Amino acid sequence: MLLYTAKDFKSDQYVRWCPGCGDHGAIGSLQKAMAEIGVDPNQIAVISGIGCSSRLPYYMNTYGFHTIHGRGAAIATGVKVANPDLMVWQITGDGDCLAIGGNHFIHSVRRNVDINVLLFNNEIYGLTKGQYSPTTKKGFATKTSPFGTVERPFRPAELTIGSRGTFFARALDVDIRTSVDVMIAAAKHKGTSVVEMLVNCIIFNDGAHGWLASKEHREDRMIVLKHGEPMIFGKEKNKGLVMDGFTLKVVTIGENGISKEDVLIHDCTCHDSTIHQKLALMEGPDFPIAMGVIRSVDEESYDEAVYNQVAQIQKVTKVKTFEDLLATLDTWEM
Amino acid sequence: MSDKMNFIEKEHVVIRFSGDSGDGMQLTGTLFSNISAILGNEISTFPDYPSEIRAPQGTLGGVSGFQVHLGSSRVYTPGDEADIFVVMNPAALKVNVKGIKKNGIIIFDIDSFDDKHLEKAGFTTDNPFEELKLSETIQLIPVKLSSLTKESLKEFDFDFKTMARSKNMFALGLICFLFNRSIDHATHFLETKFKKKPDILKANTKVLVDGFNYGQNIDASISIFQVNKSQCIKPGTYTSISGNKAAAWGLIAASQKTGLQLFLGSYPITPATDILQELSERKDLGVITVQCEDEIAGITTAIGASFAGNLAATNTSGPGLALKSEAIGLAVMAELPLVIINVMRSGPSTGMPTKTEQTDLLQALYGRNGESPVVVLAASTPDNCFHYAYMASKIALEYMTPVILLTDAFIGNGSSLWKLPKLSELPEISIPFVSAEMKGKIKVTSRNDGNMVRYWAIPGMEGFAHRNGGLEKDYDKGAISTDPANHQKMVTARQTKVNNVSELIPELVVEGSKDASLLVIGWGGTHGHIISAINSLKKEGEKVALAHFNYINPLPKNTVEIIKQYKKVVVCELNSGQFATFLRSKVEGVAFCQYNKVEGQPFTVLELKECFKKYLEE
Ligand code: SF4
Repeated sequence: MLLYTAKDFKSDQYVRWCPGCGDHGAIGSLQKAMAEIGVDPNQIAVISGIGCSSRLPYYMNTYGFHTIHGRGAAIATGVKVANPDLMVWQITGDGDCLAIGGNHFIHSVRRNVDINVLLFNNEIYGLTKGQYSPTTKKGFATKTSPFGTVERPFRPAELTIGSRGTFFARALDVDIRTSVDVMIAAAKHKGTSVVEMLVNCIIFNDGAHGWLASKEHREDRMIVLKHGEPMIFGKEKNKGLVMDGFTLKVVTIGENGISKEDVLIHDCTCHDSTIHQKLALMEGPDFPIAMGVIRSVDEESYDEAVYNQVAQIQKVTKVKTFEDLLATLDTWEM
Repeated sequence: MSDKMNFIEKEHVVIRFSGDSGDGMQLTGTLFSNISAILGNEISTFPDYPSEIRAPQGTLGGVSGFQVHLGSSRVYTPGDEADIFVVMNPAALKVNVKGIKKNGIIIFDIDSFDDKHLEKAGFTTDNPFEELKLSETIQLIPVKLSSLTKESLKEFDFDFKTMARSKNMFALGLICFLFNRSIDHATHFLETKFKKKPDILKANTKVLVDGFNYGQNIDASISIFQVNKSQCIKPGTYTSISGNKAAAWGLIAASQKTGLQLFLGSYPITPATDILQELSERKDLGVITVQCEDEIAGITTAIGASFAGNLAATNTSGPGLALKSEAIGLAVMAELPLVIINVMRSGPSTGMPTKTEQTDLLQALYGRNGESPVVVLAASTPDNCFHYAYMASKIALEYMTPVILLTDAFIGNGSSLWKLPKLSELPEISIPFVSAEMKGKIKVTSRNDGNMVRYWAIPGMEGFAHRNGGLEKDYDKGAISTDPANHQKMVTARQTKVNNVSELIPELVVEGSKDASLLVIGWGGTHGHIISAINSLKKEGEKVALAHFNYINPLPKNTVEIIKQYKKVVVCELNSGQFATFLRSKVEGVAFCQYNKVEGQPFTVLELKECFKKYLEE
């Protein structure tokens, strides 16, 4: 018996995203994940910046704070450090998180603050109506790149791991089960959990993830990684990943003497990020896109470290109050 | 004490210690001012650090100084010019030449006035005093500080460098002799400071004693100064405190008074960093500090902490305040309590980071998009930074609003006497938390109809889950709204709330000669210089009144009434007229005159006196 249902996390606000926007699916998954975790809505704070996806807190029946462009990570850091009992979610988009908020993003990941970041990546600026973002594919024509962008895009996984991230997962908006699973894993992980949600902006960048999203090819074009399980994918469940020298390679089980035992087993907990990075950066058409929890390693979180240090000092100090502090001064009577 | 010495009693003496960054002038100055304070003098001090951290030894860029003003009556400033100038090398002489009184005394380390050092300081002759055209009335006292220190330490097995570093203690001993004060207190301070380095302690104490004894041998023409106990000091327990430390402690006091955890989000910036450093030390009291990736994160982490129910603060200086502007607007819109301490420095842009100015006033009042009122306070002495940081916290929490507290490099780095406060005597802080009866009945925008303050529900509280944010909200329902009339209503509500703070702040009190025809207006860190000038004129039979502001937005309720009582009004500030501009918008029908200076330096008492005299004669 679950204590809560997804409905308990829905606010009475009318959801204003465009019909068909990928954010609808993602918020549904989030509410489901919260219900499955069984956390009291009063103990949750959902923090966002600015952008289409950043409207999300208004639609949640939890504590929420819709802040200013790019600063969600810093505000979420403040919330978590000030009140570590709260479960803190940061909702952000590719512009909010990786352009204006890039600095806060890498530093919250580096500190390993215990927040769960849902990065809604639709590779476009939706709210300002269709300009290219830091994740827009090179050459893509938008309102501010009418002849195609000449910029090289960020790859969020690379940035996360480069910032010494301890958790990275990926899911597709329409794949509710994987979305719910990675959100639950993100919530359970101690430290900054980055979940890249591949969402569709039906208005300004429809089909950005289309290669992957098409029902027909989805199983051949993505691999849902599960810790401890072999990296097998495909409609026929006969494709696998192996190491070939320093790189990954897609093989077909049963061909060229390859058996199931040759396929790599996923280990999301190993500290060395080399394989995680290789997996996260796989691209079509030669490789499937990696989904699920790609990296989840144990390290002390920032907030934990802050309070541990306070506790340690408080154990040995004689200064317990403001009056004690005054007593440490060189003073004189006049 | 040698009987050939003659004593002269002085009401006030200004001493300046100056030397190379490595010469320990800050320590010498601090010790001497503390000794003087213990003996009952009033003190005001100002350290003058070089702008470069490690400038080459002996050069003008590496000169570090410390000035202390002692008095047997009220001392308000570290003093314009030094009566006694202790100088360790030619560079220090050159840098400070303008700050020595015409009939002052220069005690200098003659060992360091050799060709090499003279050349490093850019002197072209072997008589730097003549070269600088130092008045003939100045008395020069050469002391072989370096070689005497070496001699004093000959029984110790120290290298040359360590020995040279102790010469400041020789100077301190000598000064103690010249002021007829025992070195016991100095030894006590050294014992605490060098508890873990017994060798250094022994050496320093030895040099200190030898410096004191050397006093007997110097030129008999010099007098011993007698600065008596001040009778103006209220009895109590005192210490000497810098403005930055006092501000940090004011926040701590408010945190303990309210039981709220104190959170500081910050980014290092001169001259405000001391506040971050001071609070980072206070893990013992559970203070949480986050040294952020930038100024914006400094304030936004604090806003997050405020949302989550902490007493949240951020500290910065001018350029940092500019970076925080958008976030201050968020705190205005979200109606969250937040204390922003801005230690003003010379601008614009990077300007002169170690120098003082009052040029951020209009930025604090208006530097945001939209109609974005905040409360603005200004501390006026190092010690009252404590009080105003406490009051800033009280106002922020009671009115659910960001409060900007302006201090400046001069009072932030400077020190004054501080009577230890009693927490029980500080005003109560009553926070508008939601009450249990409000459960299910209130929205994020629900406010107290009396003072227009919204209620505060902390995440985690059962039954008060709400969404806050930077978008305009419906006055009644709290949901996002773009309704024109509603926006007007919300703008008015936020403004009215800030205006209502005038109910809490004290009325303006006129100092000096209330019945004068000339009213001087000042605000913030210039109080000491202005009141000193006015008191000095009073002794000369001239009447001037002073209205000094610590509460700037909103203004004290009786502001208009007081200003209108005077025939002539002159606003003195270290900018081009920002407070005067503000007052013109608030007080009609008064022709405000201005006295302004933007040199990165505090006023001098002398120039203020001249200015006031001019207005008195008109
Ligand atoms: S513009 Fe795009 S991202 Fe924004 S709500 Fe519409 S579909 Fe979604």
